Amino acid sequence: MSATLKVKVWRGKQSGEFVGYEVPRLGSQTVLDVVTHIQRHLDPSLSYRFACRVGMCGSCAMTVNGVARWTCRTHVAKVVQGDALEIAPLSNLPVIKDLATDMREFFDKWAGAKGQFKGKTTRHDEFAQVKPESRERAAANAGIECIGCGVCYASCDVVTWRPDFLGPAALNRAWTLANDVRDTAQRERLKAVAGDVGCHACHTQGSCSERCPKEIEPTAGIAGLKRLTARAAVRGELE
Amino acid sequence: MSARMSAVTNSAVTQAKLWYWQRISAMVLALCVLVHLGVMIYAVRGGLSAAEILGRTRGSITFGAFYTVFVLACAVHVPIGFARICEEWFGLTGLRAAIVAKLLGLIILVMGLRAVYGVVL
Repeated sequence: MSATLKVKVWRGKQSGEFVGYEVPRLGSQTVLDVVTHIQRHLDPSLSYRFACRVGMCGSCAMTVNGVARWTCRTHVAKVVQGDALEIAPLSNLPVIKDLATDMREFFDKWAGAKGQFKGKTTRHDEFAQVKPESRERAAANAGIECIGCGVCYASCDVVTWRPDFLGPAALNRAWTLANDVRDTAQRERLKAVAGDVGCHACHTQGSCSERCPKEIEPTAGIAGLKRLTARAAVRGELE
Repeated sequence: MSARMSAVTNSAVTQAKLWYWQRISAMVLALCVLVHLGVMIYAVRGGLSAAEILGRTRGSITFGAFYTVFVLACAVHVPIGFARICEEWFGLTGLRAAIVAKLLGLIILVMGLRAVYGVVL
Protein backbone atom coordinates (compact mmCIF):
# COMPACT_ATOMS: atom_id res chain seq x y z
CA MET A 1 0.00 0.00 0.00
CA SER A 2 1.60 3.25 -1.15
CA ALA A 3 1.38 6.32 1.11
CA THR A 4 -0.57 8.43 -1.36
CA LEU A 5 -3.35 7.91 -3.87
CA LYS A 6 -3.21 9.49 -7.30
CA VAL A 7 -6.80 10.62 -7.80
CA LYS A 8 -8.24 12.01 -11.00
CA VAL A 9 -11.48 13.90 -10.47
CA TRP A 10 -13.86 15.23 -13.10
CA ARG A 11 -13.99 19.04 -12.94
CA GLY A 12 -16.41 21.08 -14.99
CA LYS A 13 -19.88 20.49 -16.36
CA GLN A 14 -20.90 18.39 -19.35
CA SER A 15 -17.57 19.43 -20.86
CA GLY A 16 -14.61 19.53 -18.56
CA GLU A 17 -11.51 17.55 -17.71
CA PHE A 18 -10.00 15.22 -15.16
CA VAL A 19 -7.78 17.01 -12.64
CA GLY A 20 -5.17 15.11 -10.64
CA TYR A 21 -4.87 15.26 -6.84
CA GLU A 22 -2.63 13.44 -4.38
CA VAL A 23 -4.51 12.19 -1.35
CA PRO A 24 -2.94 10.45 1.70
CA ARG A 25 -3.87 6.78 1.82
CA LEU A 26 -5.50 5.61 5.05
CA GLY A 27 -6.75 2.32 6.39
CA SER A 28 -10.47 1.56 5.78
CA GLN A 29 -10.68 4.70 3.65
CA THR A 30 -13.79 5.05 1.50
CA VAL A 31 -13.97 6.78 -1.87
CA LEU A 32 -16.23 9.40 -0.23
CA ASP A 33 -13.45 10.03 2.31
CA VAL A 34 -11.11 10.70 -0.61
CA VAL A 35 -13.50 13.18 -2.24
CA THR A 36 -14.13 14.88 1.11
CA HIS A 37 -10.37 15.18 1.72
CA ILE A 38 -9.92 16.89 -1.64
CA GLN A 39 -12.67 19.40 -0.92
CA ARG A 40 -11.59 20.15 2.64
CA HIS A 41 -7.84 20.25 2.17
CA LEU A 42 -6.94 20.66 -1.50
CA ASP A 43 -9.67 22.47 -3.42
CA PRO A 44 -12.78 23.82 -1.65
CA SER A 45 -14.44 24.57 -5.00
CA LEU A 46 -15.05 20.85 -5.66
CA SER A 47 -18.78 20.06 -5.78
CA TYR A 48 -20.22 16.69 -4.85
CA ARG A 49 -23.29 15.35 -3.13
CA PHE A 50 -23.65 13.18 -0.02
CA ALA A 51 -25.78 13.05 3.11
CA CYS A 52 -25.85 9.99 5.35
CA ARG A 53 -22.41 8.40 4.70
CA VAL A 54 -23.77 4.97 5.65
CA GLY A 55 -25.58 3.71 2.55
CA MET A 56 -29.08 4.82 3.42
CA CYS A 57 -29.76 7.99 1.45
CA GLY A 58 -28.51 7.14 -2.03
CA SER A 59 -27.06 10.55 -2.81
CA CYS A 60 -23.30 9.89 -3.08
CA ALA A 61 -23.24 7.64 -6.16
CA MET A 62 -20.41 8.41 -8.60
CA THR A 63 -18.45 6.64 -11.30
CA VAL A 64 -15.35 5.17 -9.67
CA ASN A 65 -12.74 3.71 -12.03
CA GLY A 66 -15.44 3.44 -14.68
CA VAL A 67 -18.11 1.77 -12.54
CA ALA A 68 -21.09 3.44 -10.86
CA ARG A 69 -21.00 2.93 -7.09
CA TRP A 70 -22.02 4.37 -3.75
CA THR A 71 -18.82 6.13 -2.75
CA CYS A 72 -19.66 5.94 0.97
CA ARG A 73 -19.82 2.16 0.96
CA THR A 74 -16.88 1.57 -1.35
CA HIS A 75 -13.51 1.04 0.29
CA VAL A 76 -10.60 2.43 -1.70
CA ALA A 77 -8.85 -0.93 -1.27
CA LYS A 78 -11.66 -2.62 -3.18
CA VAL A 79 -11.46 -0.48 -6.32
CA VAL A 80 -8.01 1.12 -6.46
CA GLN A 81 -5.86 0.17 -9.45
CA GLY A 82 -2.27 0.35 -8.21
CA ASP A 83 -2.50 3.74 -6.51
CA ALA A 84 -4.88 5.27 -9.06
CA LEU A 85 -8.51 6.29 -8.65
CA GLU A 86 -10.64 7.99 -11.27
CA ILE A 87 -13.79 9.63 -9.95
CA ALA A 88 -16.43 10.96 -12.33
CA PRO A 89 -20.10 11.93 -12.06
CA LEU A 90 -22.76 9.31 -12.83
CA SER A 91 -23.26 8.55 -16.53
CA ASN A 92 -26.55 9.12 -18.39
CA LEU A 93 -27.35 12.22 -16.33
CA PRO A 94 -26.57 15.89 -17.05
CA VAL A 95 -23.67 17.19 -14.96
CA ILE A 96 -24.47 20.25 -12.84
CA LYS A 97 -20.90 20.72 -11.67
CA ASP A 98 -17.97 18.39 -11.01
CA LEU A 99 -19.38 15.24 -9.37
CA ALA A 100 -22.97 16.44 -8.88
CA THR A 101 -25.49 15.37 -11.51
CA ASP A 102 -28.99 16.66 -12.23
CA MET A 103 -31.31 13.85 -11.08
CA ARG A 104 -34.53 15.53 -12.28
CA GLU A 105 -34.99 13.39 -15.37
CA PHE A 106 -34.27 10.25 -13.37
CA PHE A 107 -37.07 10.98 -10.91
CA ASP A 108 -39.43 12.37 -13.57
CA LYS A 109 -39.24 8.94 -15.17
CA TRP A 110 -40.47 7.34 -11.94
CA ALA A 111 -43.55 9.54 -12.31
CA GLY A 112 -43.67 8.62 -16.03
CA ALA A 113 -43.77 4.94 -15.09
CA LYS A 114 -46.75 5.69 -12.79
CA GLY A 115 -44.59 5.11 -9.77
CA GLN A 116 -47.16 6.56 -7.38
CA PHE A 117 -49.38 4.29 -5.30
CA LYS A 118 -53.08 4.75 -5.98
CA GLY A 119 -55.51 3.14 -3.57
CA LYS A 120 -59.26 3.28 -3.10
CA THR A 121 -59.56 3.09 0.68
CA THR A 122 -59.27 5.87 3.25
CA ARG A 123 -57.93 6.00 6.79
CA HIS A 124 -61.43 5.18 7.98
CA ASP A 125 -61.41 1.77 6.27
CA GLU A 126 -59.97 -1.43 7.65
CA PHE A 127 -56.32 -2.21 6.93
CA ALA A 128 -55.75 -4.29 3.83
CA GLN A 129 -54.38 -7.71 4.66
CA VAL A 130 -51.59 -8.87 2.39
CA LYS A 131 -50.17 -12.28 3.14
CA PRO A 132 -46.36 -12.03 3.40
CA GLU A 133 -45.94 -15.37 1.66
CA SER A 134 -48.21 -14.52 -1.28
CA ARG A 135 -46.58 -14.49 -4.73
CA GLU A 136 -47.31 -10.81 -5.29
CA ARG A 137 -45.95 -9.73 -1.92
CA ALA A 138 -42.78 -11.79 -2.45
CA ALA A 139 -42.27 -10.16 -5.87
CA ALA A 140 -42.83 -6.67 -4.44
CA ASN A 141 -40.47 -7.41 -1.53
CA ALA A 142 -37.68 -8.30 -3.93
CA GLY A 143 -37.67 -4.78 -5.39
CA ILE A 144 -38.99 -2.60 -2.58
CA GLU A 145 -35.69 -1.63 -0.95
CA CYS A 146 -34.62 0.74 -3.76
CA ILE A 147 -33.40 4.09 -2.40
CA GLY A 148 -33.16 5.84 -5.78
CA CYS A 149 -29.39 6.29 -5.96
CA GLY A 150 -29.29 6.11 -9.77
CA VAL A 151 -26.48 3.52 -9.98
CA CYS A 152 -28.62 1.21 -12.16
CA TYR A 153 -29.70 4.11 -14.39
CA ALA A 154 -26.10 5.21 -14.91
CA SER A 155 -25.05 1.62 -15.67
CA CYS A 156 -27.76 0.97 -18.27
CA ASP A 157 -26.56 1.01 -21.91
CA VAL A 158 -30.14 1.19 -23.16
CA VAL A 159 -30.59 4.54 -21.38
CA THR A 160 -27.47 5.73 -23.24
CA TRP A 161 -28.87 4.57 -26.59
CA ARG A 162 -32.45 5.67 -25.95
CA PRO A 163 -32.52 8.71 -23.68
CA ASP A 164 -36.33 8.37 -23.43
CA PHE A 165 -36.09 4.89 -21.88
CA LEU A 166 -37.66 4.95 -18.42
CA GLY A 167 -34.74 2.98 -17.03
CA PRO A 168 -34.31 0.19 -14.48
CA ALA A 169 -35.19 2.09 -11.29
CA ALA A 170 -38.49 3.51 -12.56
CA LEU A 171 -39.49 0.14 -14.03
CA ASN A 172 -38.51 -1.64 -10.82
CA ARG A 173 -40.79 0.76 -8.95
CA ALA A 174 -43.59 0.06 -11.43
CA TRP A 175 -43.05 -3.69 -10.92
CA THR A 176 -43.36 -3.42 -7.13
CA LEU A 177 -46.64 -1.49 -7.58
CA ALA A 178 -47.85 -3.94 -10.23
CA ASN A 179 -47.59 -6.52 -7.45
CA ASP A 180 -49.38 -4.35 -4.90
CA VAL A 181 -52.83 -5.90 -4.64
CA ARG A 182 -54.25 -2.68 -3.11
CA ASP A 183 -53.27 -0.52 -6.08
CA THR A 184 -56.07 0.58 -8.41
CA ALA A 185 -54.07 2.08 -11.30
CA GLN A 186 -52.73 -1.15 -12.77
CA ARG A 187 -54.06 -0.65 -16.27
CA GLU A 188 -52.71 2.88 -16.59
CA ARG A 189 -49.37 1.72 -15.22
CA LEU A 190 -49.06 -1.15 -17.69
CA LYS A 191 -49.86 1.24 -20.53
CA ALA A 192 -47.17 3.60 -19.28
CA VAL A 193 -44.46 0.97 -18.99
CA ALA A 194 -45.16 -0.90 -22.25
CA GLY A 195 -43.57 0.05 -25.53
CA ASP A 196 -40.38 1.56 -26.87
CA VAL A 197 -39.57 3.73 -23.88
CA GLY A 198 -40.70 1.15 -21.36
CA CYS A 199 -39.95 -2.45 -20.51
CA HIS A 200 -39.77 -3.57 -24.15
CA ALA A 201 -36.65 -1.51 -24.78
CA CYS A 202 -34.70 -3.56 -22.20
CA HIS A 203 -32.18 -5.98 -23.68
CA THR A 204 -31.78 -7.97 -20.46
CA GLN A 205 -28.08 -7.16 -20.31
CA GLY A 206 -28.34 -7.08 -16.53
CA SER A 207 -25.88 -4.27 -15.73
CA CYS A 208 -28.50 -2.80 -13.39
CA SER A 209 -28.82 -6.04 -11.42
CA GLU A 210 -25.04 -6.52 -11.45
CA ARG A 211 -24.34 -3.08 -9.99
CA CYS A 212 -27.31 -2.39 -7.71
CA PRO A 213 -25.79 -1.81 -4.25
CA LYS A 214 -28.99 -3.18 -2.69
CA GLU A 215 -28.74 -6.31 -4.82
CA ILE A 216 -32.14 -5.67 -6.35
CA GLU A 217 -32.72 -7.23 -9.77
CA PRO A 218 -34.51 -4.68 -11.94
CA THR A 219 -33.90 -7.04 -14.88
CA ALA A 220 -36.20 -9.61 -13.28
CA GLY A 221 -38.86 -6.97 -12.60
CA ILE A 222 -38.68 -5.71 -16.19
CA ALA A 223 -39.08 -9.30 -17.44
CA GLY A 224 -42.14 -9.54 -15.17
CA LEU A 225 -43.56 -6.34 -16.68
CA LYS A 226 -43.04 -7.79 -20.17
CA ARG A 227 -45.11 -10.83 -19.17
CA LEU A 228 -47.83 -8.68 -17.59
CA THR A 229 -48.05 -6.31 -20.56
CA ALA A 230 -48.13 -9.20 -23.05
CA ARG A 231 -51.02 -10.75 -21.14
CA ALA A 232 -52.80 -7.38 -21.00
CA ALA A 233 -52.23 -6.80 -24.75
CA VAL A 234 -53.65 -10.20 -25.66
CA ARG A 235 -56.73 -9.47 -23.51
CA GLY A 236 -57.11 -6.05 -25.15
CA GLU A 237 -56.48 -4.24 -21.87
CA LEU A 238 -53.74 -1.99 -23.27
CA GLU A 239 -55.97 -0.41 -25.95
CA MET B 1 -53.51 15.18 -27.94
CA SER B 2 -55.69 12.20 -28.80
CA ALA B 3 -53.73 11.43 -31.98
CA ARG B 4 -50.47 11.47 -30.07
CA MET B 5 -51.95 9.40 -27.26
CA SER B 6 -53.28 6.80 -29.65
CA ALA B 7 -49.91 6.60 -31.40
CA VAL B 8 -48.26 5.96 -28.04
CA THR B 9 -50.92 3.43 -27.06
CA ASN B 10 -50.64 1.61 -30.36
CA SER B 11 -46.91 1.46 -29.96
CA ALA B 12 -47.32 -0.02 -26.48
CA VAL B 13 -49.79 -2.63 -27.71
CA THR B 14 -47.65 -3.42 -30.74
CA GLN B 15 -44.49 -3.78 -28.68
CA ALA B 16 -46.24 -5.99 -26.14
CA LYS B 17 -47.54 -8.24 -28.92
CA LEU B 18 -44.23 -8.28 -30.77
CA TRP B 19 -42.53 -9.38 -27.56
CA TYR B 20 -45.05 -12.20 -27.29
CA TRP B 21 -44.38 -13.30 -30.86
CA GLN B 22 -40.65 -13.14 -30.37
CA ARG B 23 -40.88 -15.30 -27.25
CA ILE B 24 -42.99 -17.94 -29.00
CA SER B 25 -40.84 -17.96 -32.14
CA ALA B 26 -37.74 -18.22 -29.94
CA MET B 27 -39.18 -21.33 -28.27
CA VAL B 28 -39.89 -22.87 -31.68
CA LEU B 29 -36.42 -21.91 -32.92
CA ALA B 30 -34.68 -23.39 -29.88
CA LEU B 31 -36.30 -26.73 -30.65
CA CYS B 32 -35.75 -26.47 -34.41
CA VAL B 33 -32.05 -25.60 -34.09
CA LEU B 34 -31.45 -28.54 -31.75
CA VAL B 35 -33.23 -30.99 -34.07
CA HIS B 36 -31.53 -29.47 -37.14
CA LEU B 37 -28.03 -29.75 -35.66
CA GLY B 38 -28.68 -33.19 -34.18
CA VAL B 39 -30.00 -34.67 -37.41
CA MET B 40 -27.26 -33.03 -39.47
CA ILE B 41 -24.44 -34.34 -37.28
CA TYR B 42 -26.03 -37.79 -37.14
CA ALA B 43 -26.69 -37.94 -40.89
CA VAL B 44 -23.23 -36.96 -42.14
CA ARG B 45 -21.21 -39.25 -39.87
CA GLY B 46 -20.01 -41.41 -42.79
CA GLY B 47 -19.97 -38.60 -45.37
CA LEU B 48 -22.96 -37.59 -47.45
CA SER B 49 -23.20 -36.41 -51.06
CA ALA B 50 -25.69 -33.85 -52.40
CA ALA B 51 -27.44 -36.58 -54.36
CA GLU B 52 -27.79 -38.72 -51.23
CA ILE B 53 -29.25 -35.77 -49.31
CA LEU B 54 -31.78 -35.05 -52.05
CA GLY B 55 -32.60 -38.76 -52.19
CA ARG B 56 -33.69 -38.59 -48.57
CA THR B 57 -35.41 -35.20 -48.59
CA ARG B 58 -37.33 -35.41 -51.88
CA GLY B 59 -40.95 -36.16 -51.19
CA SER B 60 -40.48 -36.21 -47.40
CA ILE B 61 -43.50 -34.55 -45.84
CA THR B 62 -41.85 -34.62 -42.40
CA PHE B 63 -38.74 -32.86 -43.69
CA GLY B 64 -40.82 -30.31 -45.59
CA ALA B 65 -43.10 -29.60 -42.63
CA PHE B 66 -40.22 -29.30 -40.16
CA TYR B 67 -38.25 -26.82 -42.27
CA THR B 68 -41.38 -24.84 -43.18
CA VAL B 69 -41.97 -24.31 -39.48
CA PHE B 70 -38.27 -23.43 -39.06
CA VAL B 71 -38.46 -20.82 -41.83
CA LEU B 72 -41.71 -19.36 -40.49
CA ALA B 73 -40.22 -19.03 -37.01
CA CYS B 74 -37.15 -17.27 -38.48
CA ALA B 75 -39.33 -14.93 -40.54
CA VAL B 76 -41.17 -13.94 -37.36
CA HIS B 77 -38.20 -13.80 -35.00
CA VAL B 78 -35.48 -12.08 -37.05
CA PRO B 79 -37.36 -8.93 -38.15
CA ILE B 80 -38.45 -8.09 -34.58
CA GLY B 81 -34.87 -8.14 -33.34
CA PHE B 82 -33.54 -6.51 -36.50
CA ALA B 83 -35.93 -3.57 -36.12
CA ARG B 84 -34.37 -2.92 -32.70
CA ILE B 85 -30.85 -3.07 -34.17
CA CYS B 86 -31.90 -0.64 -36.91
CA GLU B 87 -33.22 1.80 -34.32
CA GLU B 88 -30.39 1.58 -31.83
CA TRP B 89 -27.35 1.01 -34.03
CA PHE B 90 -28.28 2.61 -37.35
CA GLY B 91 -30.43 5.39 -35.88
CA LEU B 92 -33.52 4.70 -38.00
CA THR B 93 -36.86 5.95 -36.76
CA GLY B 94 -39.53 3.46 -35.69
CA LEU B 95 -41.42 3.47 -38.99
CA ARG B 96 -38.32 3.14 -41.18
CA ALA B 97 -36.90 0.43 -38.96
CA ALA B 98 -40.21 -1.44 -39.22
CA ILE B 99 -40.18 -1.22 -43.03
CA VAL B 100 -36.57 -2.43 -43.31
CA ALA B 101 -37.27 -5.23 -40.83
CA LYS B 102 -40.41 -6.33 -42.65
CA LEU B 103 -38.49 -6.42 -45.94
CA LEU B 104 -35.84 -8.61 -44.34
CA GLY B 105 -38.56 -10.86 -42.95
CA LEU B 106 -40.08 -11.17 -46.40
CA ILE B 107 -36.70 -12.03 -47.95
CA ILE B 108 -36.10 -14.70 -45.30
CA LEU B 109 -39.58 -16.10 -45.87
CA VAL B 110 -39.27 -16.24 -49.67
CA MET B 111 -35.70 -17.56 -49.75
CA GLY B 112 -36.35 -20.05 -46.97
CA LEU B 113 -39.52 -21.47 -48.45
CA ARG B 114 -37.86 -21.59 -51.87
CA ALA B 115 -35.03 -23.64 -50.34
CA VAL B 116 -37.53 -26.00 -48.69
CA TYR B 117 -39.35 -26.31 -52.03
CA GLY B 118 -36.01 -26.99 -53.77
CA VAL B 119 -34.97 -29.93 -51.58
CA VAL B 120 -38.39 -31.45 -50.92
CA LEU B 121 -40.24 -31.20 -54.22
